[in-house]
Amino acid sequence: MSFTKLSVSALALAAVSATAAAARDQISIVGSSTVFPYTQAVAEQFANNTGSPSPVVESTGTGGGMQIFCEGIGESHPDLTGASRAMKASEWEKCVENGVTDVTEALIGFDGLSLAVSRDNDYDWDLSLGEIYLALAAEVPVDGEWAANPYSQWSDIDSRLPATDIVVLGPPPTSGTRDAFVELAMHAGCEELDYVANGDFDGDWIDENCSRMRTDGPFVEAGENDNLIVQRLDSDQNALGIFGYSFLYENMDKLKGVKIDSVEPDFDTIADKSYPVSRPLYFYVKNAHRGVIPGLNEFVAEYMSEDALAPGGYLSERGLVPLNDERRAELQERVLDGVAMDPKE
Amino acid sequence: MTDSTAARFDKASPEIKAHLRKRKRSQFMLKTLGIGAISIAFAMLFLLVGSLISTGYQAFTQTHLVVEARIDPALVDPDNPSDGNFRQLALDIVSNRVIGGADTDNTDRLTDILSNRAQFTLRDIVVANPDLVGETVELKLPVADKYDQLHKGMLDRDTPEENRRLSDREIEIFDQLVEGGYVAKPLNWALLTNADSRFPEVAGLKGAIIGSAYALLVCFLLSFPVGIGAAIYLEEFAPKNRISDLIEININNLAAVPSVVFGLLGLAVFIGWFGMPRSVPFVGGMTLALMTLPTIIIATRAAIKAVPPSIREAALGVGASKQQVVFGHVLPLAMPGILTGTIIGMAQALGETAPLLLIGMNAFITSAPSTPFDSATALPTQIFIWADSPERGFVSRTSAAILVLLTFLIAMNALAIFLRNKFERKW
Repeated sequence: MSFTKLSVSALALAAVSATAAAARDQISIVGSSTVFPYTQAVAEQFANNTGSPSPVVESTGTGGGMQIFCEGIGESHPDLTGASRAMKASEWEKCVENGVTDVTEALIGFDGLSLAVSRDNDYDWDLSLGEIYLALAAEVPVDGEWAANPYSQWSDIDSRLPATDIVVLGPPPTSGTRDAFVELAMHAGCEELDYVANGDFDGDWIDENCSRMRTDGPFVEAGENDNLIVQRLDSDQNALGIFGYSFLYENMDKLKGVKIDSVEPDFDTIADKSYPVSRPLYFYVKNAHRGVIPGLNEFVAEYMSEDALAPGGYLSERGLVPLNDERRAELQERVLDGVAMDPKE
Repeated sequence: MTDSTAARFDKASPEIKAHLRKRKRSQFMLKTLGIGAISIAFAMLFLLVGSLISTGYQAFTQTHLVVEARIDPALVDPDNPSDGNFRQLALDIVSNRVIGGADTDNTDRLTDILSNRAQFTLRDIVVANPDLVGETVELKLPVADKYDQLHKGMLDRDTPEENRRLSDREIEIFDQLVEGGYVAKPLNWALLTNADSRFPEVAGLKGAIIGSAYALLVCFLLSFPVGIGAAIYLEEFAPKNRISDLIEININNLAAVPSVVFGLLGLAVFIGWFGMPRSVPFVGGMTLALMTLPTIIIATRAAIKAVPPSIREAALGVGASKQQVVFGHVLPLAMPGILTGTIIGMAQALGETAPLLLIGMNAFITSAPSTPFDSATALPTQIFIWADSPERGFVSRTSAAILVLLTFLIAMNALAIFLRNKFERKW
């Protein structure tokens, strides 16, 4: 009895494997959760405008996306991946190993990582990167020694800051946002400190010692869900939160951005990099799939179009900080021509 | 001796009284604790459902602009309606109803009032029926999320203008439309009939509901026959020895394995080895079937065990073969129990998120699947996606989607209880 059933289901399995090999008419996209909302927007616009089958956009994280993307060429592998950092050399090697050698890199714009606080908080927050480091790092210089972080209140760090407990909600280590925050804010803040600046330390030392967030309470890992952080900031007016600029932009009525070195996060300051904590966003496309997967060329064209990328375009409405006109025009041309990425870059 | 015995049973004696009081007190304590535990459980349930309803109810209505408008032949060519300028048409619909709508610096704000999808809705209406060009039709178009929030009172008008998503002028324009009677807040059927969208005002669960249905169908077709087959063999035919004991223990263990493990298995085997596509309900259904199988085997074995041996013996006694006994007598009598177990297993599979995340069913897809082999999301993964979206409108839609999922779960469990009460026989 069970034998017949088992063989029937085995047959069903075989039948499905055959179907799976049939042609794919949907574009398949993986990649960073930060690029996800922008890709979503382009995918929907593309499907609405052209009437093509809607692309399948999956949010896998930058690293996870690269892994799937680099697994090979062909219909069972995705056509595009989003990334909140440039492709790493190790990832490129994996791609090449699997025959994915002709890839175009497209820089679409910038995402600011904002520190924000509830509007109910009266203090006009303005921190330096060094102060952010002192508040959040596991180890800081104390009286000329490299030791566990002793600060529990903001006023312990600098007397102009309010005498409230340090509470900062941020992303967990699995998140690309966290990677970016550690690299852009913590490392830079660490280098600002007198102890580090005067000591003779190299980049490896900084990577090793300045990358760890404190685990004794003041830094709270609030999960991947940025909305949850927004809600908690709303209910706890002394807490600060770390998330992508699009979430701050969407919640301007409840939250205010924390200035860093007196620079407020907004579209202009992120684009001209005067707001220091911002990161580039990319997507990568397999040129071997162009012309094979129906609609892929049109999709890439829609992604690079002025409607999408220009200031005031529908991606900037979602919080993407656009490139300047010259750079954008140059990139649009490169991506549409399918100029292959130079692996040495 | 007699004295002390009498004293022991004398209820009036102070020692006995104290002892009885103590007994009564501890019984009372136990009862109170029990009631307390139930109250806490209920309070939690009410808190959960209450908070879901209080944030989710707003998503069950959607602000629409209800207007009669003429499809201008200057903008839409009746011979080639799909290339018409529907963006301008949508803009005209709004600006014709706003006092001073003609001033050009306002046009940006005016296009923002209607959902971005409105122009495509207009296009679909006209393409479906090109005769409408030049006619005046009644239109019901969803307004954009921020205006929806404003109309539902979720956007505080007292916040300073620079911190608000809408400027004073934009609010003034919208208020004119409200006063003109062009704004209505009907039931939000789009929540069930639209597929996903990045615009909360038009985002719906259709893709997720159909995706979940396909995945459950596949899960049922695979796990139900295999599960019953395995259970019948183990219960009726298998010799009782160490091997069958080992199998039994392993099936029980399998039922307790965390679902994410089955997801990884599905990812490695179905997608990795067999090369099946990602994000597909069929693969989701197979992965869920792995998870549901042990539950069904255990439920079926229990149901078969509950059939009295006298029935088997009577059938064997009048000369039935073992196979005839199983299919003619045992299985029909065990069916209510088997179905109850299966439905509960299916309900569990419906709410399962982790394995679906691993095989990529948390994708953003703006169309509903038409076969089990089209990419789709499922209800729990759709909730996962919405919970992570920055737009404000998704906060209430997430709660609404959870309520929809809970409704399906309650319906399935109610069906299981109904089947059990209606068909179950007691011996």
